[in-house]
Amino acid sequence: MKAVCWHDKHDVRVETVPDPTILNPRDAIIKITSTAICGSDLHLYEGNIPTMESGDILGHEFMGEVVEVGREVKNLKKGDRVVVPFTIACGGCFFCKKDLWSLCDNSNPNTWMAEKFYGHSPSAIYGYSHLLGGYAGGQAQYARVPYADVGPIKIPDGLEDDKVLFLTDIFPTGYMAAENADIEPGDTVAVWGCGPVGQFAIKSAYMLGAERVIAIDRFPERLLMAQEQGNAEVINYEEIDPGEALKEMTGGRGPDRCIDAVGLEAHGTDAMAVYDEIKQGVKLETGRPTALRQAIVACRKGGTVSIPGVYGGFADKIPLGAIVNKALTLRSGQTHVQKYLQPLLERIQQEEIDPSFVISHRLNIEDAPKGYEIFRNKKDNCTKVVLKP
Amino acid sequence: MELIKEDLKTNPAIVADKIVNSPLVVKNLQQHSLKQVLAALSDRAVSNSENILERAAKAVGLKPNIIVEKTVTIDRAATELYNYWRDLTNLPTFMGHLKSVTHKDEAGKVSHWVADAPLDFTVEWDAEIVRDEPGHLIAWSALENAQIDNCGFVRFQPATGGRGTQVKVVLEYQPPGGALTDAIASLFGESPQEQIGDELNRFKQLMETGEIATTEGQPQGS
Repeated sequence: MKAVCWHDKHDVRVETVPDPTILNPRDAIIKITSTAICGSDLHLYEGNIPTMESGDILGHEFMGEVVEVGREVKNLKKGDRVVVPFTIACGGCFFCKKDLWSLCDNSNPNTWMAEKFYGHSPSAIYGYSHLLGGYAGGQAQYARVPYADVGPIKIPDGLEDDKVLFLTDIFPTGYMAAENADIEPGDTVAVWGCGPVGQFAIKSAYMLGAERVIAIDRFPERLLMAQEQGNAEVINYEEIDPGEALKEMTGGRGPDRCIDAVGLEAHGTDAMAVYDEIKQGVKLETGRPTALRQAIVACRKGGTVSIPGVYGGFADKIPLGAIVNKALTLRSGQTHVQKYLQPLLERIQQEEIDPSFVISHRLNIEDAPKGYEIFRNKKDNCTKVVLKP
Repeated sequence: MELIKEDLKTNPAIVADKIVNSPLVVKNLQQHSLKQVLAALSDRAVSNSENILERAAKAVGLKPNIIVEKTVTIDRAATELYNYWRDLTNLPTFMGHLKSVTHKDEAGKVSHWVADAPLDFTVEWDAEIVRDEPGHLIAWSALENAQIDNCGFVRFQPATGGRGTQVKVVLEYQPPGGALTDAIASLFGESPQEQIGDELNRFKQLMETGEIATTEGQPQGS
C-alpha cells in the first residue's frame, strides 16, 4: 500500500510499504477512504516531538471501510463504514471506564518511555512518536485499528466523509476545549488560534452557552473564517496588542474563559517570543508558550484557561503568579474522543454543524509532502488538508 | 511511611511478614537480603544461613545483590490475578525474556525456568515456591546450583475504594561474573526496574484487555 512516512524534519515521503495485518484479537483493518493532516502533525514535521523514527507512518485523522476483523471483534463486520478516534484506548481500564479515554492505561506498548517524560503514560496515539506507542498511522491506504470493538463509530449511509471525518480529532478537540472552559451563560470566551481546532472551539463555545466569542490570530483568511463561520469578533495580534484589546472589548474585566488552541509552536511578536525561539532552537525548551502566557494574563479573575493546544515537553516563563493571584483554573488534556463521538455525530446529523467548512485543500495521497509544506507555511490560504488514498 | 524497626532475628516469621506486606519493601529490608526474609517466611525448612558472598559483602559493608521493586494496579480481583500467576507456566506469556516455565511436581511447588540469553544461549534454573498464600502472595527462590541465584515474590493487595488490586513484584538476584554477565544484562535489561515494570504492564494489559498491546509486525517505510 501507499503510506506517508516521516523521515526527518521537513522530510515526509509517500512510500510503498506492506499492508497492515491483524496482530491482536481485538484488531480490525480499515481501508481508508479519507484522511487528514492535523496541525499537530506539523509539530512532527518540524521535528519538535521526540522519539520519531525514520519510516514511521504518519496520520491520526482517518476513516474508512472495515475489511477484516480479529476474532474478538463482534460489533463490526466487513463493509462497515467507520470513523476512528485518534486516541487508542482499551475501554476496560480504570481511566477508560471513567470516560478518560486519552489516559488509557493499556494501549501504549512503550509505557516506560512516556513514564520517563511524564511520570505516567497517556494513551497511545496513531502515528505520533514512539513515546506515544509507535503505532503506524492512517495517512495510508490501510490501517490497523487496535481495540476495534470499543473505538470506532459506525457512520450511517448518506453522510459523506467530509462531514464526519473530523470526528476523529479536531471537532471533539475543539468541543472538549470549550467544555473544559466551564462556560456559564453570559460568558465571553477568547480563543487563541483560528486553525481548525480554534474554529471548532469557537462554534462549540456558542453551543455550550457563550454569549460572545473573541478569536485571535494573524492570518486574515483564518480570522475571516472565524468571523463568517463562527460568528466571532476577531483580533489580529499583528495589528493590535491582544491583551489590551481584550481588556477594552470586555469592559476592563477580561474574557471569562480563555482557550489556547495554538500549542507549542506559537508565533509571537514580543521579546519573550524571540527568547523562546532561541531556547527551543538549542533544545532547552520544547514549547513556545506565547499564546498560553497571553491567555493567562488576559483571563478575568477567577476565570478558566483551557488548553487544547499541544505541548509535548517543557516551557518557560509561565506566569504562575497570575494563575495564583487571580485564582485561575487551568484545564487540559488530549481529547477523550470516544466520549464525544456519539453526541457530536448527532449534532452533525441534526445539521447543527457541518464540520467540512474548515477544509481548504483536497489532495491525492501522492501529494502529501506538498500538503505538509503548504499547511506548514499557511500558503494558498491553507486551513485544512484532506488526503484521498 | 513508618519503617519497620524490629530486628528480623528476634521474631523472624512475624517481622518477615511485616516486611513483605509493607508498602515499600526494599526500604524495609534494611541490612537484610530478600533471601533471608523469604527464608524466615518460608513454609519449609529453608536454610537461613548467609552464603559466603553475602558474608564477604557484609564484611566490607556492601550488599552484593540487585533488588528491584515495582508495583502496578490492575482492575481485577486479587484471586483472579493470583490464580493466573500461580500457574507459573503462564509467566512467559507476558515476560518477554522467559522461554518457558514448567512444573516439576504435581503441586507446582518446584519449577524449571528457561530464559533467553544472547547468541542463542539459554539460562536455566530450578526454583521452589517457599511461601504460598492463595489470593495474596507467592514467594519463590532458586534452588542450589542455579546458574543465577535469584528469589522474589509477587503480592496482591486490594486497592482502596474497590479500585482493583495492587500487584507488587520484588526480585533479588546475584549478578554472576564471567560469561553469564551478558546473559543477565539481557534478562533484566540495563534497568531491571524498567524491565520488571514493563512486564507488569503487559500482565495488566493481558488481564484487563485480554491481549498485550503491540506494534510488532506492523508496516513501516524504509
